[in-house]
Amino acid sequence: MTEETNHNLIQLLSAEFGDRVSNVDEPYGLLTIETTKDDIIALLTFLKGDPRTNFHFLTDITAVHYPERANGLAVIYHLHNMVEKVRIRIKVFLNTQAPNIPTASNLWNGANWMERETYDLFGVLFDGHPDLRRILNMDELGVHPMLKQYPLEDPNRVDKKDEYFGR
Amino acid sequence: MVHNQPVFTDNDPQSELVTLNLGPTHPATHGVFQNILQLDGERIVSGVSTIGYIHRAFEKIAEHRPFYQITPLTDRLNYCSSPINNMGWHMTVEKLLNIKMPKRVDYLRVIVMELARISDHIICNTIIAQDTGATTTFLYLFQFREHIYEIYEEICGARLTTNIGRIGGFERDFNEIAFAKINKFLKDFPVALREFESLLNRNRIFIDRTAGVAAVTPEQALDFSWTGPLLRATGVDYDVRVSEPYSSYQDFDFEIPVGTSGDIYDRFLVRNEEMWQSVRLIEQAMEKLKNEPAGIFHADVPDFYLPPKEEVYNNMEALIYHFKIVMGEIDAPKAEVYHAVEGGNGELGFYLINDGGRTPYRLHFRRPSFINYQMYAPMSKGMLLSDAIINMSSMNIIAGELDA
Repeated sequence: MTEETNHNLIQLLSAEFGDRVSNVDEPYGLLTIETTKDDIIALLTFLKGDPRTNFHFLTDITAVHYPERANGLAVIYHLHNMVEKVRIRIKVFLNTQAPNIPTASNLWNGANWMERETYDLFGVLFDGHPDLRRILNMDELGVHPMLKQYPLEDPNRVDKKDEYFGR
Repeated sequence: MVHNQPVFTDNDPQSELVTLNLGPTHPATHGVFQNILQLDGERIVSGVSTIGYIHRAFEKIAEHRPFYQITPLTDRLNYCSSPINNMGWHMTVEKLLNIKMPKRVDYLRVIVMELARISDHIICNTIIAQDTGATTTFLYLFQFREHIYEIYEEICGARLTTNIGRIGGFERDFNEIAFAKINKFLKDFPVALREFESLLNRNRIFIDRTAGVAAVTPEQALDFSWTGPLLRATGVDYDVRVSEPYSSYQDFDFEIPVGTSGDIYDRFLVRNEEMWQSVRLIEQAMEKLKNEPAGIFHADVPDFYLPPKEEVYNNMEALIYHFKIVMGEIDAPKAEVYHAVEGGNGELGFYLINDGGRTPYRLHFRRPSFINYQMYAPMSKGMLLSDAIINMSSMNIIAGELDA
């Protein structure tokens, strides 16, 4: 998690992927990069298989919804190189209307349920996933509840709105 | 109503397969898990896991709660070791806020977290024994879980869902009774644990039931993103406490036990040895506390740490800070942070995105039970039904953590 490793990784990735990897940042020492859904599998395959990166472990897949953005669904991957003790975070922003992204379950079996959970909660469609069903919610739910347009409780309640707290 | 679940009814009159609903509420599963199994005699031919029976939408709720109100949600993830979850969440926020903790608080936290790890492993290991038919061992060791809960009670007043500590430290110092109870626990527990091990470790029946059952290779385990004792039982020495030390774990001298074959027997031994290491850690922490200035139980960060009630009632500054924290008006950086702790079942990660509002913009829990459990159905194939039951016990799947 040192600056030097991150620096080397950034150089390596820009040499291999050029401008297909963008928005490089290091919040709290964790290298964060952004790519597109067309390049995500190539990038994950490279990060997993190349001995210079060796991110062999998939820690997590999740998503974040930013309703005000044009491409408002971010799928977030956390990878981990346990040997060098380095983590990396990869973001892919998807169009909310067409939230398709290739599945990572061909690379890691562990991605299966993580992607099912992300589909269940956010509606991200993982193309090629072997079994893309809801996992936590019931099949008849009809919505993807973690999207920001769905309120937690009665939307007419105003006592918890941020504008009443000077924000 | 559209059911896209696979339907297992076998219409073939020649078929000899039996469909069995194991769960959702079955005494052998120790929780709300449903597995629809297809059996050929006693062998499992295929299985489908259904989860989500106690899904409580914690990630959604967390988007509507100030930071300090999220701690009780984390209690209910792995409720067998709630303090680890609480501390993990506090440390995530402290990482976001760049709070440096005094050493004494770190050591107190280590004590609480290791007690929680012991109580978690007690549950898992005694239940493996129980499911293989050894009721005595279950009752022998299980009372120490009660002693641990009594220690929690002294520290925070609660037993199971502890809500222990605060962002920035503890809400109060450990009292004398708490220390006395910890010392008594350190004295009594090793005796009982040794007895527990002598009843099971070389027990012919126990070994026959567990050794070589549900063996997993390190490659498979890493492929399925396993962490924690399950991964270590396969021989991979990954432990967050060593790989990315938090709460001053780097100051301690302890070992990470690993297994060789990844079977149920190895998982049992790994957890047992981890309990010994936890005892070592608590002993060292108690020793280190003697060199730390007494009475420090929180960091000096009035902007983020809830002041004591009597201060709030009598002191203007404390009242202002209290009001700002309770109303969620703290000045947290707009950033995202991932923090992982070694939970009872593996890497418990908190992925927090803060946009400067009262509540997190997004909070995701990386729940080890959820990720570990997905291998259960595939690995049950070809297994005996009774082996699949102890396999589930040895994975220590906690429904609260599975479903969030």
